[in-house]
Amino acid sequence: MADLTLNGIPVIDTFAEAFDVAGTALIITNDTAKWAMIAAVTMTGFATSVIGCGAEAGIDCELSPEETPDGRPGVRVLLFGFEPNGLKDQLLKRVGQCILTCPGTACYAGVDGPHKIKLGGAIRYFGDGFAVAKRLTDPGSGKARRYWRVPVMDGEFLCEDFVRAVDGAVGGGNLLFLGRNHAETLKVAEIAVDAARSVADVILPFPGGIVRSGSKVGARTKGMMASTNDAYCPTLKGRAGSELAAEVGVVLEIVIDGLTSRSVAESMRAALHASTEAGAAHGLVAVTAGNYGGNLGRHHYHLKDLLSKEPASEAGAA
Amino acid sequence: MSTLTLRQEPPERLDFLHVNPLSLSGLSEAEAARLPIGTSRRGLTLGDVFAISLDGSDSLTIEGGSSRFDSVGASLSGGSIRVVGDVGQRLGAGMASGAVTVTGSAGPYAGSGAKGGTITIEGDAGDHAGGAVYAAKAGLDGATLVIRGSAGDYLGDRMRRGLILVGSAGAHAGSRMIAGTIAALSVGDHPGYGMRRGTILAGGHGALSPSFVETGTHDLVFLRLLARSLRALSPAHADLAAGALKRYSGDLATLGKGELWVTAA
Repeated sequence: MADLTLNGIPVIDTFAEAFDVAGTALIITNDTAKWAMIAAVTMTGFATSVIGCGAEAGIDCELSPEETPDGRPGVRVLLFGFEPNGLKDQLLKRVGQCILTCPGTACYAGVDGPHKIKLGGAIRYFGDGFAVAKRLTDPGSGKARRYWRVPVMDGEFLCEDFVRAVDGAVGGGNLLFLGRNHAETLKVAEIAVDAARSVADVILPFPGGIVRSGSKVGARTKGMMASTNDAYCPTLKGRAGSELAAEVGVVLEIVIDGLTSRSVAESMRAALHASTEAGAAHGLVAVTAGNYGGNLGRHHYHLKDLLSKEPASEAGAA
Repeated sequence: MSTLTLRQEPPERLDFLHVNPLSLSGLSEAEAARLPIGTSRRGLTLGDVFAISLDGSDSLTIEGGSSRFDSVGASLSGGSIRVVGDVGQRLGAGMASGAVTVTGSAGPYAGSGAKGGTITIEGDAGDHAGGAVYAAKAGLDGATLVIRGSAGDYLGDRMRRGLILVGSAGAHAGSRMIAGTIAALSVGDHPGYGMRRGTILAGGHGALSPSFVETGTHDLVFLRLLARSLRALSPAHADLAAGALKRYSGDLATLGKGELWVTAA
């Protein structure tokens, strides 16, 4: 079935199917990079799947003091939900429980977009009437930005009044790595994750960026929306419907969410190239991608379009 | 750039409310010369006082100022006005956007009710700069008012939002403030008298009202943002915001959500 190869590794001629989602970005700063990261990790915890967790979230990148609004070290996190309202819910909960509570942390909008989500303007009620707003000119853009200053026990929690959600965010770009044994396949997946994360505006929301429990839509059990992707389970090899060759002993998947379709495509491209480059040394059998027949998601990332190092044109179009 | 050149000191106060780049843009020089600017029965027109040169641009220069020039840049909604010399009261009052620059000094109530744009006074400003005129709900209301020299008493009285940056200010700076920010290298007695919200940053100060309480020194993120936003306008004020500061909270005789930051001894 493999009629494509990259760096000597078979690449299945299929596509990853991804969905339109609502996405936003936050910049979290702190006096030290360590504490900015603690806040970001806490805030993006339990956010692997929008179905079970309410949101998919992760760390996009670390920011130097020169790149943040207040001149302190920072971390940019991305948050994705089905639609802006659901995103708002999750944003408020996560900022309220994980950023507001974290010593020294401040929180700013990390992306521009058409949908306004009230953040500081909602968190301010924690201040019990003692919170004050302050509108200051941002020296970078020259535009005024409004912040809420909520008194807390270490001084003040400063939070931007509102953040923006973008149009065109995409959730569910993916690659599946078919390997021979667990340790070696995990190594390939880790290399792919590092490459995928090197692209801006994307996150890989699963643990370490990797998911072992890929799913299919529906189940034999009544009422289950999704269930294990039995076609890629090595213990179910040899049955009708299995997609795995005899030598495949482990399958690991990476899932990519991005603020733009292009960033998801480029992240997949980077992951595909890095994984196949390392693949031969780690017993990688093949690389494929997950889809639902093409009927559920608007974005189809064909692996054959990702074989070149550079994009030929806009990849990931429906 | 359009230019109005003062012929001689005017014999009466002049009202510049309707003299701005937008109102002049559709007029010929002859039509502009007939614009009434007098405030007495004398019926002075623009052409009586100024030599007029118009080019339809959105910048206007008034060569030669006078403390009798009232409401220069008032209700400005775009473009820029530059006055080479002094102006009278209500400079940029109620302006919405654009820029007004005065190379000399301004009379009282500069920037009163101004919602947007930037007003720059290279010299000094009179009393109530950025303050509310009688019966008005608010003083400065979102604009940026920069006074390079000194301001009189009641700077930013009842201001609602925006920024006032001043070299030194007289007594009662920020009195009755509703909100907004005043940054001064020094202020006189009773800064923030009756303020509800808002921030006053002062290098030095006179006597403080007893209804302000010291809350100590704080390393707040807000101060970093304030310093960064002030840097482009005045490095000296930005350095002040970035330095060691002591905070007073007040005026506790009113809402008490205001703050006064002064240099820590």
